[in-house]
Formats: sequence, C-alpha cells, structure tokens
Amino acid sequence: MQDTIARHTISALVDNEAGVLARVIGLFSGRGYNIDSLTVSEVDSANGVSRINIVTTGTPMTIEQIKAQLDRLVPVHRVSDLTVEGPHIERELALLKVRSSGEKRVEALRIADIFKARAVDATDRSFVFEITGSASKIDAFAELMRPLGLVDMSRTGVAAISRGPDEI
Amino acid sequence: MSNNTMTGAEILIKALTDQGVDTIFGYPGGAVLPIYDALFKQNSIRHILVRQEGGAVHAAEGYARSTGKPGVVLVTSGPGATNAVTGLTDALMDSIPVICLTGQVPTHMIGTDAFQECDTTGITRPCTKHNYLVKDAGDLARVVHEGFYVATNGRPGPVVIDIPKDVQINRAEYTAPEKVRHKTYRPRVKGDLEKIREAVEMIAQAERPVFYTGGGIINAGPKASSLLTQFVRMTGYPITNTLMGLGGYPASDRQFLGMLGMHGSYEANWAMHDCDVMICIGARFDDRVTGRLDAFSPKSKKIHIDIDPSSINKNIRVDLPIIGDAAHILEDMIRIWKAGARQVDPARIEPWWRQIDIWRARNSFGYEKTDKLIKPQRAVEALYEKTKDRDPYITTEVGQHQMWAAQLFKFENPNRWMTSGGLGTMGYGLPAAMGAQIAHPDKLVIDIAGEASIMMNIQEMSTLAQYKLPVKIFILNNQWMGMVRQWQELMHGKRYSESYVESLPDFVKLAESFGAVGLRAETPDEMDSLIDEMIAVDRPVIADVRVDPTENVYPMVPSGAAHNEMILGSESGASEVPQATDEGLALV
Ligand SMILES: Cc1ncc(C[n+]2csc(CCOP(=O)(O)OP(=O)(O)O)c2C)c(N)n1
Ligand SMILES: [Mg+2]
Repeated sequence: MQDTIARHTISALVDNEAGVLARVIGLFSGRGYNIDSLTVSEVDSANGVSRINIVTTGTPMTIEQIKAQLDRLVPVHRVSDLTVEGPHIERELALLKVRSSGEKRVEALRIADIFKARAVDATDRSFVFEITGSASKIDAFAELMRPLGLVDMSRTGVAAISRGPDEI
Repeated sequence: MSNNTMTGAEILIKALTDQGVDTIFGYPGGAVLPIYDALFKQNSIRHILVRQEGGAVHAAEGYARSTGKPGVVLVTSGPGATNAVTGLTDALMDSIPVICLTGQVPTHMIGTDAFQECDTTGITRPCTKHNYLVKDAGDLARVVHEGFYVATNGRPGPVVIDIPKDVQINRAEYTAPEKVRHKTYRPRVKGDLEKIREAVEMIAQAERPVFYTGGGIINAGPKASSLLTQFVRMTGYPITNTLMGLGGYPASDRQFLGMLGMHGSYEANWAMHDCDVMICIGARFDDRVTGRLDAFSPKSKKIHIDIDPSSINKNIRVDLPIIGDAAHILEDMIRIWKAGARQVDPARIEPWWRQIDIWRARNSFGYEKTDKLIKPQRAVEALYEKTKDRDPYITTEVGQHQMWAAQLFKFENPNRWMTSGGLGTMGYGLPAAMGAQIAHPDKLVIDIAGEASIMMNIQEMSTLAQYKLPVKIFILNNQWMGMVRQWQELMHGKRYSESYVESLPDFVKLAESFGAVGLRAETPDEMDSLIDEMIAVDRPVIADVRVDPTENVYPMVPSGAAHNEMILGSESGASEVPQATDEGLALV
C-alpha cells in the first residue's frame, strides 16, 4: 500500500438530531484527521435526514478509517467516498468583496465576466461578486481578485453529488 | 392527556424494569431526586450506593463483564457526571455495555451556568458509544430502550442518557420496548459466507498457523468461547489470547500458548512473529499486542474477524477481513470445515509444534524460586492453586500485579476475568469486584491489587461493608508503583522519580476500620496460610502480601521493539536491556 496523500470528498447521510455535527467534528479532531471543507444541511425534512459533505486528505488507509469511523457513529445512515465511487460533481459558492477604483475596478469586472461571476452588490467604491464552481475555480478567481482590491470573502464549502442515476 | 400518564421518573423505572434491570449502581444528588423518590417506592430494582461515582461505573463494568448483561449507573448532574467520565472511557475502550443515567438541571436552565450544571452530553460524546439528552418526558421510554439496544448490539459500549430534572417530573405516556426500533442502527451479525469459505481454505492449508483471539470472544457470549474451543481443537492449531480475551479458551489446554503482547509469553509472541496464517478473532491489533508495526508478523496472511468494521486495517493491513459476530462466524466456519470433511495432517504442522515447544521450553514466565521473600509471581500461582476449584472471579488493578495475574492465573471459562485493558485505569479492580460480587453473591471474587492502585478507589470498602460483600483484596504490596519503577529502571537510568509509595496506611487496620478482615504475610509460609484464611472467611478481606520490591515483569517487548526483540527475565536466560532509542522513549 503506497502512502500517498490524496484529497477525498466524502458524503454522509445522518439523522438530523442534536449534536450530530459535533459528533462528526469531534471524530475528526479526536483522531487527528484533516477537514478541508465541511458542509451540512437538511436534505429530507420529512424523515429528518441531513447530508454532510466533507473534503479531507489522507493516505488510503486513513481515508478507509475515516469512512469506517463515520459509519460507526450511531446516527449515521450511509457514508460514501465520492472520490473513489465514480464520477461526481463538486460545487461551491463564494461571495467576494472587491474594493478599488479606476483601472482596477474595470479589470475586476472584466475578470468576473470571464469566470461567469455576477456582481450582486455595487457601490462607487466596491463590488460583491457571486461565483459558483469547483473549489479550485474559486481559488483561481480569488487569486486574481487579490491585487484588484479583494477585502472580504465568504465561501460555503463543498457540496457534492455523484453523476448518473444512482442515489448515495 | 389520558390517564395512562406517569412521571418521567416512573417511566424511567418502568423502562429499566422492562429491560430486565435488577441492579443499579448510583449516588444521589439534587438533579436526580425525583428518580431516587421513584426508586424508593418500588422494589424490583436494587440500588447499590457506592462511595464515589467513579466506583459506580467500574462496578457496573464488573457486573456487565461477569454476567454478559449491561451494567446500569445513576448519578447526579455536574460533579456526579464528571466523576463518571473515567469509567465511561474505560468501558468504551474495553467495549463494555454500560447505561449511565445522569441528572441534569431543568431544561429551561440549561446553558445558564446553573448550579451543578455541566455539558454532560458534550463532555461524554467522545467517551461513549452514543449519548442522549432527553428534553421531553414523552421521549424518555423510547430513548432508554434505544440506549439499551445501542449499548448491547454490535460492538458493545457505554451509553449516557442525560435527564433534566423537569423531564423527571413531567407526565407522559409510557412506550413499551416492543414498540421501539432504532431508525438505522443495524450492526452486521452474520459473516459473508464466501469469505468464511475462503478463510476455512486458508486455515486448512496453513503450515504455521496461530489463532489470536480477544475480548470480542467474551462479548459474543459463552457460546462463542465454546465454539472457538471446538474449532481450535478440531484444527489442532496453537492459540494465544489478548489480555481482554483471557478465558475465551481454556488456559490449561496444551494448545494454549498463554497471553501475547508486551508482557506475553515467549512462545506466543514468536508464534505470532513466525506464523504463515494468523486467525484473529475479536481482537484489534492494539499497540500492546503488535509492538513495532513494520516488524509485526511479516510472513503471515492475516484473517481478521470483527464486529466493528473500523477495526479492520486500522493498525495492521489484513488479507481477509470478515465482519460479523464471532459466535455466528465460528458456527459457520465449523459447519463448512466439517462439510468439507477437512482434516489437518498432523505431519504438516508437526514441525511448527516442535518449534513452538522449543520456545515454550524457555519457560518465559519463570522466576527465581526462593523461600526468603515472597515472589509476586509465586503469590499469584499460590492463589490460583488454592482457588481454582472454586471457579473464582478475578479482577485486577493496573500495574505489574495485573500482568503477573494475566500471565499466571489460568482461566478456563469466559466472564471470570475483569481487568482494565484499553485505558489501564488504576482503581478499577475494587469496584469491579464489587459489581461482580453483587452479580454472583455466592462466588469467590478476588481483586488482585497493587498497593498504589488500591488507594485510588479505597472508599468502596465502605460499600463492601454496607452490602456485606465478601470481596477479597489480594494486594501484592511491593511498596512501589512497580510498573513505573520498572520503566524507570530499564529506560530512565534508574532515576526513580516519584514512584516510591510513601506513607502507606496499615492495611490491616484499614480493613478493620471498614469492618473487614485484615491479614498480612511477609514470608512464603505466611502467605500460604493467609490465602487459606482469606478464602475461609465470609467477609471482605484486605490481604497485605509483602512481596519482593525489586521484581520486574518479564518477558517484555519494549515500546517500539518488535516481537522477536523481547527481553527475558534471568530465569529464562537473561537478555541485555537494549539501549532505549529516543523514538522508543516517546512511546507509552
Ligand atoms: C489512574 C492512573 N494513573 C496513573 C497510571 C500510571 N500507572 C500505571 S501502573 C502504575 C503503578 C501501579 O502501582 P501499583 O498499584 O502498586 O502496582 P504494581 O505495578 O506495583 O504492581 C501507574 C502509576 C495509571 N495506569 N492509572
Ligand atoms: Mg506496587
């Protein structure tokens, strides 16, 4: 088994009960696993089920452990490692505030256009852009905005789902 | 609301009764007074009043481990709950089913830093299998039934149910156990038959096989032990047990190699190192067992049978994992083995047994025979010889005495041996013995103790007195935190920093002050008669056995060493202590 560290996106369906998120986070911190991104929201209100998406990094053995440890939590129904279980889609939404004037302001709008980011707020000195895409696309966009006056950013973290007809 | 309502406290008692609970270990306080009131008005459940909540959890563990039933604890909010944390962690590490009921401040005061408020579910989340905060009396019965299901199914463990005081008082309808089914938690019990067939094939072909079994065999019930014994005998292969697995296979049997691991036998560790097929059942490749990971059993194919999928490939990569209950899988294995009319050709494994017998001849648990002073090993052997016909229940504290007990006391049956393996909790043995004695009032229950450990929960002597529990505390008194002293001797240049046990009480007088019998022995002869006397009295006893203070536990696989780098004691061929490396020193 090679010990190469890789990035994995893991989704879990959990009972939407008090403390379930704390259980998942405590599991990661207690056992020394990484969390690059974590999102959670109810996806089935009739049955009180939430979905947690976690982006983590680790060796194959660690990733296998993370999956098994998550699955062991009593309120967790199902765990799926989207990265190994076939093609999947990852999306993240970000809001970026850019404060600048003159040339830089024009350049910011031009780059936003290329990235299909929308200006959702504007003043005479600032824009707020909304952008959706993969985490790396958002990283690239933020990098370009930095010299153009990026002052504030808020990201949702990764939502992910498998391609094709099968459910998790 | 209909007339069928009851108070939360009454619902709780009814739910416990319906779950078959006959005993609760507890300690009262403001936040559980309504429950104590309900207990007062009934007589189907017996409450055992401990002297510190930590004792209650260990007592429940002893009760659980010696009966196979879950142990139940009741404590108040705040300090009551925090005192229970060590025991809960202990039960989690050793997979012991415990239900711990904690009082909580009323729901409307939660979060206000109320008197004796603490975030019990927050504190106990990482040290329980699962926990609950019940906010509505109408949920209480369901949560209790679900809690018992979770604690006892799959890999067992502790469950905390936190009950605010208003929930204990409010009225609601009762829900019967039959009406409760956990939404999703369904641990796998039956093993994959295809894999079991493959395992049987591997086992049948082995030339240097070894069975390595653990506490999972005990948790799977006495049936798992008898199936294991049957299967191992059918194959004629050697077997070793972990500390937690002792009693899973009869220790007096020729095929038994003794305990393995850091203080395991020479033959068990070498067999693990040199085997070609390892059959691990209900054990978890713990660091005390494996030693250095990259040198662990390098030549073997490994079969791992466990009920907990997260145990697979956690520390050691295995070749054939099978998820399920040990008893079910063993049953299938035996059936498939028989159906194939398999027979092990004795000639094939004869060279392996010949090798094992050479290792065995080192007599690695041997020690110097002397009449001048009491060797602790001799004390354990004498205790075993004099009590073995009484089917005793043995608990231990933590330290050298624990290892000598594990090495030398022979367990023929499961559920007779209770020790703190995963957490290594000093102070476990006395309350655990108390719990075992409550469950088996007519049996001989002995805590093999160290003089330092026994002080950690000595207050429970008072509980023994109150309930007339004739627990025997057999202290191997070496005046030292022996295990700490041993590490300091071998790895820290004999700098005995804070490991001498100063100002010990007079254990004989201490026993008497608690209404127990105090005995002392300073020579081997005195010890023999002390044991006779101890067994004969029908009262709690503290036996202060003054043993050789310099004795060390051997063999020893130093932290960070491989199985085949074991240090032996002088009697089995003294080996030099290797210079500890920085890396080794960092390990525990
Ligand atoms: C609660 C707790 N604190 C500290 C330790 C570390 N520890 C392990 S063994 C030991 C010494 C035990 O001394 P004693 O009970 O006299 O047993 P001996 O080793 O002498 O047989 C200590 C301090 C522990 N295991 N548990
Ligand atoms: Mg000692």
